[in-house]
Amino acid sequence: MAARPEDLAGQIPDGALVALPPDYSLPSMATVHALIRRNARGLKLLGVPVLGLSADLLIGAGCVAEVHSSAVSLGEAGLAPRFSEAAERGAIKVVDYTCPAVHTALQATEKGVPFMPLRGVLGSDLVAGHADWQVAQNPFSSANDPILFVAAIVPDIALFHARWADEAGNVWVGRRRELATLAHAARNTYVTVEEMRDGDMLEDELLAPGVISSVYITGTAVAPRGASPLGVADMYAIDDAHLAMYAKRARSLEGFQQYLDEFVWQGRKSSLPA
Amino acid sequence: MIARLIADARHVAVGAASPIPATACELLRAQGKPIRVTRLHKRAGNPFTEGSRELFDLAGQGRIDYFFLGGAQIDGAANINLVRAEGRRFPGSFGSAFMYFTCRTILFRDEHSPRVLVPKVEFVSAPGWSPPEIARRGGPVALLTGKALFAWDRERRRFRLESVHPPHTEDAVRGATGFEYDVTEPKVTPAPTADELSLLRNTVAARIAPDYTDFARRVWG
Repeated sequence: MAARPEDLAGQIPDGALVALPPDYSLPSMATVHALIRRNARGLKLLGVPVLGLSADLLIGAGCVAEVHSSAVSLGEAGLAPRFSEAAERGAIKVVDYTCPAVHTALQATEKGVPFMPLRGVLGSDLVAGHADWQVAQNPFSSANDPILFVAAIVPDIALFHARWADEAGNVWVGRRRELATLAHAARNTYVTVEEMRDGDMLEDELLAPGVISSVYITGTAVAPRGASPLGVADMYAIDDAHLAMYAKRARSLEGFQQYLDEFVWQGRKSSLPA
Repeated sequence: MIARLIADARHVAVGAASPIPATACELLRAQGKPIRVTRLHKRAGNPFTEGSRELFDLAGQGRIDYFFLGGAQIDGAANINLVRAEGRRFPGSFGSAFMYFTCRTILFRDEHSPRVLVPKVEFVSAPGWSPPEIARRGGPVALLTGKALFAWDRERRRFRLESVHPPHTEDAVRGATGFEYDVTEPKVTPAPTADELSLLRNTVAARIAPDYTDFARRVWG
C-alpha cells in the first residue's frame, strides 16, 4: 500500500532538526498536519531560508522547541502570531539567521566541507548569537580582510512537497532548486507529491533539470493538494483569503485551537483513503 | 519619489513586502527606462532557476544595483532592526545582513514615528556603516518615509533632511523623528506629474496586481 503523510510523520522523531521550505517553495502541509496529529514534541525547525504557516502551526500546537531561521512571517498576511507569541514568552528558543547564511551552511554540507565563507554580515548582532560562525582573516589576502566562516549544517530531516514522484523514486521540484540543496544536505528527506508518474524522470531531458535523484530521497507519500492552503506552481495558487483568516484567528489561543479543530483534526477524515 | 531616487539603476531587486518599491520600478519601466526588475516572490515566472539562493549569489557578485530594506526600528546611524523592539518579536532579519553590504539600499518605511526612527536600534540586523577593512560595496543611500525623504551622508554618517511631503511640515518631521539629523534647506517633495499618475493608475497597476493582491486592492480598488 502506498505511504500516506501519516507514515512520513511517523518517521520524523521527536527532537529532530527538521528543515522546512518557506510558504512559496513547496511546503508539505499534509505532513505538517500529520505531525500535529501525532503530537510531535521538541522539534527544532530550520527555515530554508525563512518560515511561514507550517512553522506557525507547529509552534502553536506545541511541537517545537527551537526555531533556526532568517524570519518567520505570513507574508502579505502579516506577522506569524503563534511564533511571535511563543518567542515573546520565551517558550521557544530562537536562533536568528540571515538568508544566505542558511544556504551557505547547507551548501557546505552538500560539498562535504566543514564550513564556507560568506561576505557581509560582520557588524550585525546576528554574529554574537552563533557559536557556529567565526570571523576569520581571508587566508588568501595579505591585507587585513575579515570574513565570516559559516559552519556546515546537517539537518536530520528535510521535509517538503513536490509535483511528482516516479517509479524510480525520483521527485520533481522544478525550479525550486534550494530544495535540491536541502535534500543533498539532510540525513533523511521525506517528500509528499501531488501524483505518481510512470517511468524514470531522469531519462527525460526536459524534466531532468527539475528532478532530485532518488539517491537523496528517503520516503515519499502521495498527497493531492498536499501544500494547500499554500500553492504548487501551475496547479493551485496560495489561498490568500485562507492565510488572512488564519492570521486573524491565530492572534488568540482560542482562535488557533478552533483553526486546528477545523482544518487539522477534521482534515484527517478527508485525507484518509476512501 | 522612489522612481526618481533609482532612476540610474540597471538592475533592481524587490522583495515580497515591498509593493511600493515594486510600483516605482514598474513606473520606470512604463516610462521606457531600460531597467531590469527582479521581483523575488513573483508568483508566476519567478526569475531564478537556482532557487532562492540565486538572488544572494547575484548580489554577492555586484549584479544588483539597488535594493530596499525596512525595519521595525531604524536609527540615525542607518542601522536597521528587524528582530525585536520594546518586548515585541518581529519576523527576523531576512537577507538584510547580506544585501545591505552588496547593494545601494533605499531604506523605506511608511510609518514615520519616534518608535520606528529611534536614537539607537535595540538589535542590529544589519549595520549602516562598516570600518574600511570590511569588504562592502553597498549601503544606505536614502531613507524614505510617509512624511519625508532623508539623504544619507557617508562622510558624516548622518541623515540629512532632503524634502518633506505635503501636507507635513518640517516641525512635524522633527517631532516624529527620534534621532538627530542634519538640515540645510529642505524642499517640498514634488507631487507626481499628471503623466506619472496616469501611468501609475493604468499600466503600472495592471503589472503590480497579480503579485501584490492586497496592496493593489487597497490602492487601486
